[in-house]
Amino acid sequence: MGDAVVITSGKGGVGKTTAVANLGTALAAMGRSTVVVDADIGLRNLDVVMGLENRIVYDLVDVIEGYCRPKQALVRDKRVEGLYLLPAAQTRDKTAVTPQQMRALIQKLKEEFEFVLIDSPAGIEHGFRSAVAGADQAIIITTPEIAAVRDADRIIGLLESERLPEPQLLINRIRPAMVRRGDMMDIEDVVEILAIPLLGIIPEDETVVISTNRGEPVVLMSNSRAGRAFRNIACRLLGEEVPVERLQDSPGLLERLRRMVRFHDA
Amino acid sequence: MLDLIARFFGRQSGGSKQLAKERLRLVLVHDRASVSPHFLNMLKADLLQVMNKYLEIDEATTRIMLSRQGNSIALLASIPIKRIRRNLQFPHAQTDG
Repeated sequence: MGDAVVITSGKGGVGKTTAVANLGTALAAMGRSTVVVDADIGLRNLDVVMGLENRIVYDLVDVIEGYCRPKQALVRDKRVEGLYLLPAAQTRDKTAVTPQQMRALIQKLKEEFEFVLIDSPAGIEHGFRSAVAGADQAIIITTPEIAAVRDADRIIGLLESERLPEPQLLINRIRPAMVRRGDMMDIEDVVEILAIPLLGIIPEDETVVISTNRGEPVVLMSNSRAGRAFRNIACRLLGEEVPVERLQDSPGLLERLRRMVRFHDA
Repeated sequence: MLDLIARFFGRQSGGSKQLAKERLRLVLVHDRASVSPHFLNMLKADLLQVMNKYLEIDEATTRIMLSRQGNSIALLASIPIKRIRRNLQFPHAQTDG
């Protein structure tokens, strides 16, 4: 029986879908059979981030309404052995799936896969409730910004009533230079405020945008800092003790000089 | 110019994170108290239980709320007292019997 993990945030745009795509890909690359589930009904996203949008036949709502079997709706990722996507419906809305139906579906997937990663919609309404319903554990993702942290705090409060173990925290899009300047909240600041265990950090990294443009999860790029961070997080999900990376992308002297010159040109 | 040099060497220049932390701290006190509808009720029940040892309180008209005053949040309570209890048992009196 596999483990179902929901990745949620409250606020939109903090990196839920990117995290699900990358953690799913990393886990599968480490030999764990994994299905990533897009629970954002009506706003299908995970398929394009993973580059699988052209191969969708059925979707999650088709499965739930019995138009097809779960296996028929799963899209196999050809790049990584043992990685599958269950896409969201695009033509329906969030009320198409009840928490009970979701729980039953996730249960079925857990019988086939070692990991079921669920991409939750933003918000705290029906869609969030359904996405969380079948999960065994939750990961909260936030950026070090005031609005994202506030919404994360709200989600943590709501999860308390879901009978899940204490959620774990991912802090995304950290910019070390700004942290050093005192213009961005640090890892310790966010962890202290939200008071849940830290699962990992992901630095702000242009390679994430590039990989999303290409539809290739950044964990498949060997020289990407964000990719490395996601691989480390996947290891921690498997119970390995990997220390949290230190913030040290400090640009070299040359790069700083170059930036200054560019600054004065502008 | 000095500022530029400081920035060049990566010295602290901003400090807006302190502002963010402070604003977040205040807003979360409010959020956490108002999101959980039971929070203030439970606090009120516990407070009344303790105060009942010393005072006879009009529970029906007791009011408890959070109030924001500038840079801090205060717990405001209006607790009408009917009477102060006479037969108060002090700890040393109890042990002596």
